[in-house]
Amino acid sequence: MNIPLNISGPLHNWLFAILPPAAAGIFEMVIMALVYLAIFAVAGLFLVLLERKVAAWFQLRLGPNRVGYFGLMQTMADALKLVSKELTGTEKADKFLYNLAPYFVIITALMALAVIPFSSGFQAFDINIGVFFIIALSSIGVIGILLAGWSSNNKFAMIGAMRSGVQTISYELSVGLSLLTMILLTGTPQLSGIVEVQKNGWLIVQGHIPALIAFMIYMIAGTAETNRAPFDLVEAESELGAGFHTEYSGMKFAYFFLAEFINMFIIAAVAVTVFFGAWLSPFGITESIPWLGVFWFLAKTLAIVFLMMWFRWTFPRLRVDQLLKLEWKYLLPLNLMNIVLMALIVWLNLTIQF
Amino acid sequence: METAILKSPFKSEEYFVNMGPQHPATHGVLRLLLTIDGEVIKKVEPDLGYIHRSIEKMCERDSYQQIIHLTDRLDYLSAHINNEAVCLAVENALELEVPERVKVIRTILDELTRIASHCLWWGVMGMDVGALTTYFYGFRDRELINDIFEETCGARLTMNYNVPGGLRHDIHPNFVKRVKDFVAHFKTKLPEYDRLLTGNIIFQKRTKGVGVLSKEDAIAYGASGPVGRGSGYSCDVRIHHPYSALHKVNFNEALQTAGDAFARYQVRIQEMWESLSIIEQLIDDIPEGAIQVATDAVIKLPKGEFYQKVETARGELGVFIISTGTKNPYRLKLRSPGLSNLSLLNHITVGSKIGDLVAAMATLDLVIPDIDR
Repeated sequence: MNIPLNISGPLHNWLFAILPPAAAGIFEMVIMALVYLAIFAVAGLFLVLLERKVAAWFQLRLGPNRVGYFGLMQTMADALKLVSKELTGTEKADKFLYNLAPYFVIITALMALAVIPFSSGFQAFDINIGVFFIIALSSIGVIGILLAGWSSNNKFAMIGAMRSGVQTISYELSVGLSLLTMILLTGTPQLSGIVEVQKNGWLIVQGHIPALIAFMIYMIAGTAETNRAPFDLVEAESELGAGFHTEYSGMKFAYFFLAEFINMFIIAAVAVTVFFGAWLSPFGITESIPWLGVFWFLAKTLAIVFLMMWFRWTFPRLRVDQLLKLEWKYLLPLNLMNIVLMALIVWLNLTIQF
Repeated sequence: METAILKSPFKSEEYFVNMGPQHPATHGVLRLLLTIDGEVIKKVEPDLGYIHRSIEKMCERDSYQQIIHLTDRLDYLSAHINNEAVCLAVENALELEVPERVKVIRTILDELTRIASHCLWWGVMGMDVGALTTYFYGFRDRELINDIFEETCGARLTMNYNVPGGLRHDIHPNFVKRVKDFVAHFKTKLPEYDRLLTGNIIFQKRTKGVGVLSKEDAIAYGASGPVGRGSGYSCDVRIHHPYSALHKVNFNEALQTAGDAFARYQVRIQEMWESLSIIEQLIDDIPEGAIQVATDAVIKLPKGEFYQKVETARGELGVFIISTGTKNPYRLKLRSPGLSNLSLLNHITVGSKIGDLVAAMATLDLVIPDIDR
């Protein structure tokens, strides 16, 4: 398997020099898996802390500031607490599915990280259908939520899970179609290819009006995909308590919790990749320093993540019928028209290129 | 149940959910028995009694001074107004004329209590429809009022500041200045409430046309306070039966005609403005004078029946005392606004979604210890 990772070049060479090729390949894969797990854990913990700080900032509070400098170790401490907690569950739960559900959610989130182009070459799995791969994975993640709600034998969890199913089936259309609009512009669903195209200007500039519409639809649908406010009906705490994860405790709960944040990161990362030039610097100002790509990528991603947190701490929640109305009556027709508009713009060569 | 499913696999079935007694939306230990079909509510049945403390029975045991302490624990967000209801009833029975100073201070504290209560309601209202940030904004301003209470009364929540015949002690020297500061502060903060929540399109969609209550039904169910006024039922006790210093001030009754959750929301926001106006009219010239008229150490009411009603933040609170001429009431009945308003819940939510139930219940502004006395 081709693992085109520039930063692991020396490692790659060294491993293949001292080991037989098969063993070296396996070793390299294991090491990469560990690296991605580390990214996953650090990103998850950092985003939880960031959310709490952002929430505190919006809510006239200080946020966590006791554990570690500026509260930096707070989420670490929380994670330790969750690891040490007892795993309780309902007696009449469907034990197999109940235990399986968190892994569905967490594994799909982890797999989606693999195709994110963090920087030039810093991409574990540059699959030629990258965009579709991400959409497919997000669909599988929902199965975990549905299973969690269904198997825990709790009516509130059940309602939450059913809402989740309805919501995700609807909003996946919008995520898919808005990304499809952009693929019309790039001509390839491969994420590295999409970044390559953007060397002539970020896609949101290249595609101007339809790209802007697609970005807005993507942000709305993406927020809904991650089940965050104003679309957090799945775990609407004033209505359903904790929704689908009501009956989960300890580390199993933490998996759902982490997966939510990683999914948010992935939605933001895909937005950055498809609309904002991934690791490319604005106007190519740091093109001569390639390792700054990671910095630009993370900076842009965090800006989008901040936007999603801003949504969450400002807006009230939609009702379930309003949620469906928004998607099927407004976003979907708009999206379809937008695809036609984008096709026309690409056909008539009206894109803005630098 | 399984056989029923096997017979007709696509039949939808009503099911039963216990909402409460521990549930974030019931704001206390209220238990709602919901019959639901999918997301649609078929029946709501409130189940009370989880925080029943037999306050009315305890009142029969206590002297009139002691009863004041119990009324704090009814609707703890309108503690001062509850105290005042009993004090007014006792004063009317004894035909005591309390000094003007007492009346003005009571009214100012009433309105501060009302604003504090509505601040808290606004915070949890936003939280119930999913906007968590409102909670902290509401509490920020409520804290300032609680600080004023603490300085003058010594307590932040259960104030016990009224006694039959006047006030327990005089106001703190800082009182006037702090109230003025608060009024100036809150006038800049109330528009912020509107910017954050009232104008939000999602919030309006969530509350307009939700939990609609007609004027006729409001009267029939005995709705009072903002719930009644949201349906266009002019039921403000402060207007129709002014007590304390309310005859000295000019203010408008907050009335809306739509009768839905948003109308009740607007009534409360408008009431906060009106309360500010009442405080402003009174705070500049609090008359000098005594803060109490002397009463006997053991108050004995004349034989008879006495009724006094006041407008708490939730609606009409009635105190009905039957006295046999002893130091204890023979019977003390409280007409609490929360119980009547709760009785509406099934009527206004049947046929709507779970989310609507929560939004409608938030605008009823239930305080459970007020319902379960």
